[in-house]
Amino acid sequence: MSPHLQVWRWHITMATSILHRATGVALYVGALIAAAWAMSLAGGPEAYAGFKALMGSPLGKFVLFGLTLSGFYHLGNGVRHLTWDLGHGLDVKSANASAVGVFAFTAAATLAVWIIAGMTGAL
Amino acid sequence: MASYRTPLSRARGLGAAGHGVGHWIGERVGAVALIPLTLWAIYAVIRLAALDYYGAVAWISSPLNMTLMVLTIAISFWHMHAGLRVVVEDYIHKTLSKTALLLLNLFVCGLAGALAVFSVLKVALGGA
Repeated sequence: MSPHLQVWRWHITMATSILHRATGVALYVGALIAAAWAMSLAGGPEAYAGFKALMGSPLGKFVLFGLTLSGFYHLGNGVRHLTWDLGHGLDVKSANASAVGVFAFTAAATLAVWIIAGMTGAL
Repeated sequence: MASYRTPLSRARGLGAAGHGVGHWIGERVGAVALIPLTLWAIYAVIRLAALDYYGAVAWISSPLNMTLMVLTIAISFWHMHAGLRVVVEDYIHKTLSKTALLLLNLFVCGLAGALAVFSVLKVALGGA
């Protein structure tokens, strides 16, 4: 396994690494849901109403909320990775600080999107 | 026994394939493109959630929305394929299982991505 879960004690940069993969896999499923959206739209009014009813159900909203969290986490941590690829922020102190920053961004952005969705009649 | 093969011929094909850098840069270019595209996609989901079928058809028929949607789908599925490929290569070491999962990843991404793109184009261009 990578990173070596049996060898290292838990630390925040390990968590961000594991979560990047986990949210990536979650978003993989999310993209398949997006493909289902496109196919239901091409299928006509009845198929589209069925898809909307499914995604508007409590289970559908729960999945969409999880995908919002996953999306913003993967986006924020992806930018963190791109910054590392440019050679910046690789020391332990910066990496720990940016990890906290990504978690804060994920929570704030997810909350903001669901508040906006609620205010614009999307829920 | 003397060989008729030249030293250069014996050495060829044994090192790196020579396209690792291009692959690495390609993954990152896709990731950079997805920063604005996913932010737009989140806005799109909020817009679409408030619209019915006819509203959604009108929305996707706008050239800008159609183009951004197709780009988001295509680059996302490409990025997903690259990402899950790394996960499979990291954790699965049996040749048969690894090959099967890599093929499955490629085929799922190719099929679902193509279905999504052509569905969007059918609705946006066909006035369905």
